[in-house]
Amino acid sequence: MSRVKRKALRPTHKTMITVKKLVKRFGLKTILRGVDFEVQPGEFVALLGPNGAGKTTFLRILASLSRPSVGEVNIAGYKLPHEAAQVRARLGVVSHLPLLYGDLTAEENLRFYARMYNISKYELRVTEILEMVGLEARRRDLVRTFSRGMQQRLAIGRAVLHDPDVILFDEPYTGLDQDASSMLDDVLKTVAAKGRTVVMTSHDLVRAEDLATRFDILSRGVISASASRKELRKTNLLTFYRQALAG
Amino acid sequence: MVNKATEMKPITASRNQPSGNFIKAVSAVVWKDLRSEFRSRELFSAMLVFSLLIILIFNFALELDIKTRQSVTAGVLWSTFAFAGTLGLNRSMAIEKDRGCLDGLLLAPVDRSAIYFGKVISNLAFMLIVEIIVLPVYSVLYNVNLFQPGLLLVILLGSIGYVAVGTLLAAMSVQTRTRDILLPILLFPVVIPVLLAAVKASSGILTGADFAEILLPINLLIAYDIIFIAVAFMVFDNVVEE
Repeated sequence: MSRVKRKALRPTHKTMITVKKLVKRFGLKTILRGVDFEVQPGEFVALLGPNGAGKTTFLRILASLSRPSVGEVNIAGYKLPHEAAQVRARLGVVSHLPLLYGDLTAEENLRFYARMYNISKYELRVTEILEMVGLEARRRDLVRTFSRGMQQRLAIGRAVLHDPDVILFDEPYTGLDQDASSMLDDVLKTVAAKGRTVVMTSHDLVRAEDLATRFDILSRGVISASASRKELRKTNLLTFYRQALAG
Repeated sequence: MVNKATEMKPITASRNQPSGNFIKAVSAVVWKDLRSEFRSRELFSAMLVFSLLIILIFNFALELDIKTRQSVTAGVLWSTFAFAGTLGLNRSMAIEKDRGCLDGLLLAPVDRSAIYFGKVISNLAFMLIVEIIVLPVYSVLYNVNLFQPGLLLVILLGSIGYVAVGTLLAAMSVQTRTRDILLPILLFPVVIPVLLAAVKASSGILTGADFAEILLPINLLIAYDIIFIAVAFMVFDNVVEE
């Protein structure tokens, strides 16, 4: 069994994600007002904030699905939007929508994305992913017959199919029941343990506290506070979060 | 089940350069669309039923002699293809948007024009299948022989032009809340040159006009096809991005 040929990162890059003075406007409305953000390789960053703070917009810019109005975005040494294809090859995205086709089976969905990511010997990889997310027994079932939790597990499988360096999770717990959430916890811990860089937006402070190594609060279009797990030892995340929003 | 998730296996895939992925990505999109449609038959059945209803309505509405029927055939045929085609184009992009799959496609490390060409080929396939079924039904109902090589070529060229510009505009309109209304409003004014040339060429072939008379609209069709595909190739990336 051959191991993946991991994509080389730019030799000049030191941080995995660097965002400088990022501004995003939709017409007259400014959503992000000069965000500075940096993530080291292997970090698990929880990006927290109230509804409408711009978390999803920020993640969509990192995923190259939206262009910044002003500012610099650099991922794995590649600059957005000019080197978007190189960035996308190193990026996995999980959102609250599954990004899966209901009229295809679980394995057909993964096969399709494997071809889009130009993965060779993808049959073996598809089987590995289905085993990883616990859907091997349902591989030939149509995705539209899956529960929300099963779809989200398959969505994670789709996101890690090409073994990305960076994984972006946008509210991955939305609509999941307790069992499905626990399952997702396990998958996230596994992904993080493999040294992947993870950025996750969430409203669930308990889960974020359990998983992340750093906590950034996005409020009123800027990162208003940031703390590592170590720095939060004397207080808890809820207090830190409330103080950040109040300040 | 939970334990399974924690056992992440070694990865055995390899990844090549994104630039070498173009043809593979186009074929993957076509395969995915055909496979999904084969299962659901949502798009195809809507297009087919709509087409058959249009030619039936025209058949009852226009009680014409054989000669007049031949002269209106081109117009009736292309109206049918255009309206049915709009249904298909709308649905084809709506399927991508509704479950967030368009984002899934856009996240792939391929030139985004590969997505465009994949969608064009699958939309064209659906349109041609509907046309293949509609033509014999029309021939029987109107007593007109439509199986002429020249006419089939015109139908192919006209469909390519229609789908090329329609897929681009469907990708644009699907981002809006009023996508069902917006697509025909955007599409029909832009696609008029293709439809006019197609009707003119089809009419000429059916009425047995001189070759020189038919050649001009056919050349125009070829030119429009090339222009529309080239423009869509250049702007698709900007159209699908927020």
